[in-house]
Amino acid sequence: MTRIENVVCSFCGCLCDDIIIEVEDNCITAAKKACANGRSRFLNVHTQAAQPTVDGKEVDWPQAIDAAARILTDAAFPLIYGLSSTASEAQRKVIALADLLGATIDSTSSVCHGPTTIGIQSQGEPTCTLGEIKHRADLVIFWGCNPTEAHPRHYARYSVLARGKLTPQGRKDRTVVLVDVRPTASSKKADIFLQVRPGCDFDVLNALRALLKGRDLDVDEVGGVSVAQLQDLVGRMKDCRFGVIFFGMGVTQTGGKHLNVTELLALVAELNAHTRFTTMPMRGHGNVAGADSTLTWQTGYPFAVNFARGYPQYNPGEFTAVDMLARGEADAALAIASDPVAHFPRQAAQRLSQIPTIVLDPEMSLTAQVARVVLPTAIYGISAAGTAYRMDNVPLPLKRVVDSPQPTDEQVLDWMIERVKTCSA
Amino acid sequence: MLGIINGEVYDPQNGIDGQVRDIWIEDGKVISSEGVGRAGAEIIDATGLVVMPGGVDIHSHIVGAKVNSGRKFCPEDHRDHVRTRTTLTRSGSGYTVPTTYLTGYLYAEMGYTTVMEAATAPLVARHTHEELEDTPILDKGVFITMGNNHFIMNCIRDGQREKARDYVAWLLEASKGYAIKIVNPGGVENWKWGRNVSEVDDEVIGFGVTPRQIITTLAWINDELGLPHVPHIHGLNLGGIGNARTTVETIEALEGRRAHFCHLQFLSYGGKPGKRLRSGAAETARAVNEHPNVTVDVGQVIFGQATTMTSDGPLQYRLHQLTGNKWLNDDVEGETGGGVVPMLYKRKNLFNAVQWLIGMELFLLIDDPWRVFLTTDHPNAGPFFCYPQVIKLLMDREYRAEVLEGIHPRARKGALLPELDREYSLYEIAVITRAGTARALGLQDKGHLGVGADADVTIYAKLDDKEEMFAHPTYVLKGGEVVVRDGQIVRECPGRTLYVTPPYDPGIEADLRAHFEECYTISFDNYPVAAEYLPHCEVVPCA
Amino acid sequence: MSEFTLITGRTAKQGVALHKGKDSDEYRQATGFVMMSRADREHLGIEEGQSVRVRTAFGETELTLREGELPPGIIFVPMGPTANLLIAAETQGTGMPDSKGLEAKVEL
Repeated sequence: MTRIENVVCSFCGCLCDDIIIEVEDNCITAAKKACANGRSRFLNVHTQAAQPTVDGKEVDWPQAIDAAARILTDAAFPLIYGLSSTASEAQRKVIALADLLGATIDSTSSVCHGPTTIGIQSQGEPTCTLGEIKHRADLVIFWGCNPTEAHPRHYARYSVLARGKLTPQGRKDRTVVLVDVRPTASSKKADIFLQVRPGCDFDVLNALRALLKGRDLDVDEVGGVSVAQLQDLVGRMKDCRFGVIFFGMGVTQTGGKHLNVTELLALVAELNAHTRFTTMPMRGHGNVAGADSTLTWQTGYPFAVNFARGYPQYNPGEFTAVDMLARGEADAALAIASDPVAHFPRQAAQRLSQIPTIVLDPEMSLTAQVARVVLPTAIYGISAAGTAYRMDNVPLPLKRVVDSPQPTDEQVLDWMIERVKTCSA
Repeated sequence: MLGIINGEVYDPQNGIDGQVRDIWIEDGKVISSEGVGRAGAEIIDATGLVVMPGGVDIHSHIVGAKVNSGRKFCPEDHRDHVRTRTTLTRSGSGYTVPTTYLTGYLYAEMGYTTVMEAATAPLVARHTHEELEDTPILDKGVFITMGNNHFIMNCIRDGQREKARDYVAWLLEASKGYAIKIVNPGGVENWKWGRNVSEVDDEVIGFGVTPRQIITTLAWINDELGLPHVPHIHGLNLGGIGNARTTVETIEALEGRRAHFCHLQFLSYGGKPGKRLRSGAAETARAVNEHPNVTVDVGQVIFGQATTMTSDGPLQYRLHQLTGNKWLNDDVEGETGGGVVPMLYKRKNLFNAVQWLIGMELFLLIDDPWRVFLTTDHPNAGPFFCYPQVIKLLMDREYRAEVLEGIHPRARKGALLPELDREYSLYEIAVITRAGTARALGLQDKGHLGVGADADVTIYAKLDDKEEMFAHPTYVLKGGEVVVRDGQIVRECPGRTLYVTPPYDPGIEADLRAHFEECYTISFDNYPVAAEYLPHCEVVPCA
Repeated sequence: MSEFTLITGRTAKQGVALHKGKDSDEYRQATGFVMMSRADREHLGIEEGQSVRVRTAFGETELTLREGELPPGIIFVPMGPTANLLIAAETQGTGMPDSKGLEAKVEL
């Protein structure tokens, strides 16, 4: 039995890097310290060889690459989507492929924290790394997220239970506030739960800003929350030593979307006139922050990028995957490290069965089941080494803990780039 | 083999001031011209052209977490400034914060072949190195921020500077860094409490050490480790009226130890608090002239769009409050912090006009071109591709007077600049853009064209308009290969990342493990940047 | 038939079941239900475990009813292919579909 320590789990944006993996006969038998999600990820790995398929039939790799390259070069408006569960090394290659093809490239950000990025682009972002929260934060606010279910070790490692220099008693040194439309496992662990009416986050955030500026509100409640509760929260925010708002899909997927985020970011910036206050989006996928980063450093823009004119253009709504598929604009697709058929609204998802689709994925995802070309690749952080970026953008090295006969996403993309170049020549 | 024949060579490190010389190159290096046979050699006829070593930029923010945050939150910076892909080159975008491929191309097209990334927090150094791999052509190095580092401050408090020395050596190797960077020492830590420092003997909250102690300890460590560069210092009170005083105090605090003060323009402000900005350039220039242990780069303001991005957290917040522009802040656990705020420098804005004037005065008041270097603290004071504009201002006093006429009139009143009629020669420009910077960085094979130098060569047409001349070199060679011809990239090759590996006592690991347990949210084993991240690199030896 | 506000989102079980494969029974169970408050359930006269039809302006599907702690008038469906039958692809130019706060009808 081999025991490998300090393994990074790249399921969610927490990127816990203290996992202990036990391997016997090239099989993971234990994933100690991992949460249920992490354990499920490490313990449900198959390392048997899988051949690529074209139209459901097994082929060899050169044939599969050739078929994929032809689909992409024949297309007038190909869409490359996903990126969020693969390593940055592969992300950089798939962007190179998109550049070469003049394709559109979008990541899962567009259905997750894309609105957050749009908000940051207008408002800025007072943020920090997670250690700052662990050491300093005495007021921790979770807005529109449910970490107990979506980021199970977040509380223990970073935000609520973690013991730091100024928070040696952990939980006792903090006040935890949770804002959501319904009680959840997370709200039960909070000191204060504010139940907001669905779609009213903007109103509540705006009211908090007004109260922070000393304005009087001529109503008794905003969005289902009493003004007395809001006044109390504002007082706690001003008086804390170091505050943070972690936020999730409850802010980005509802009502004002990016406008909700803008309001939240403005509130946090304004609080810094009174005390130190910071914010952080709870990133879902393990390397969606890496997708944002790599797209930004290579193109200037973090998602919704199009290269059709020979240079990068950015336009959410125009070059975002859900829109392009729903409007029937994409005439070919490559899905990497994501499962849009599972996670997109039906009208967008079904387009993927109607156009030639290529999938790079270790698993037979729902998208792979409707794809023309399936390219089974190794799993970064399990059967391939690479780099991933945590929700606070700290980059961590992913280890290879078992061997796999599958090539990596990076390798497959190198083959595709070569083949596309010769196809086009 | 390649020969650059008959050019007018400016190679200040070897005392060549415009003499016609041939430069011979083989296997990426300059070779002796003795006994060289031309048969089979590629020849570049440089008759009537100016030949210099490739440019060496000592301070620029081009890659890494902070820069990328700047790119991400300013899409408006990119939309009108795009680069179309070619069969050889990748597409890109950006004006003050260009994307990585575009950054490499723009620097190369301007005749620069080596660039130092001015500030990276070691916790996120891996990100910097990934971006550097996507920055083509240039050789580069990374300055590692240490001036607010908890381990170091603990050592200073406990009187354990030898331990701090071993830590710094370990840290440079772990982060694959080139030099010690110090940004607002103590002030960035105090910003985590909503405060700052303003005097060299102020206390850092929670540590009881002072900026003076941080600087002198790191200067001592630099000498002990024999690092090729010297501590690279962004001083106290940057951007604050009257800060020339603390800048001079900081220079004096070094007590003769060597250091480099970056973007000195931002730290040379006179005037009284609550009153208008006046130039303090005379004060800081005098200190530089009197302290031969100090080198500086100017950080010249360019009128137009800029993006301020530094590790100086409290400064960035202040800029947000002053301008009302959007503000990004990023505090890094146990190490540093920083922020980004877009900025527009207007010639008719009195404050901006004086800032511009201060930079110019520094260039003209500091006597020794080997100790004052041309930068715009890209992109804080302006984009790097505006360096040719600065060269013209320095070489052509009529042009300088013309620009001076166009700034806010009150800025000119009582200013020294109208009286300073010094003009830089081509030789001196070669010093402040390559020979001097390479020497200050300790890069023995850069910034000159003597035998054994890296064959990084830039060839310019000899034009009267110096901005045009330096903006569009005719040829640029990197490692002996022509990479730019007539303004076009003709070859895209990867550059190397230069880093140092000073020795240290491996016994420090026990202290580090304990420190990581206590301080960081990542494990000690996952912190160092493995060699795989630098497929193209070179270790520069320590003394 | 009654009108509700539909919320979709992650759950712990859906996250764990992801790795068993989206064809697995575990995943289908983890994503194939609609949660409703006791008060609403009793008002509509539906028992836990019964199959109900959930309909939005964009689609409809059958889901197993579960009782849970929710404010009156709100129903919750875990994210996944089933929820996606109910969500529109309309993003108002943001790229983000309306995944929360949709008007939905529930009937037996």
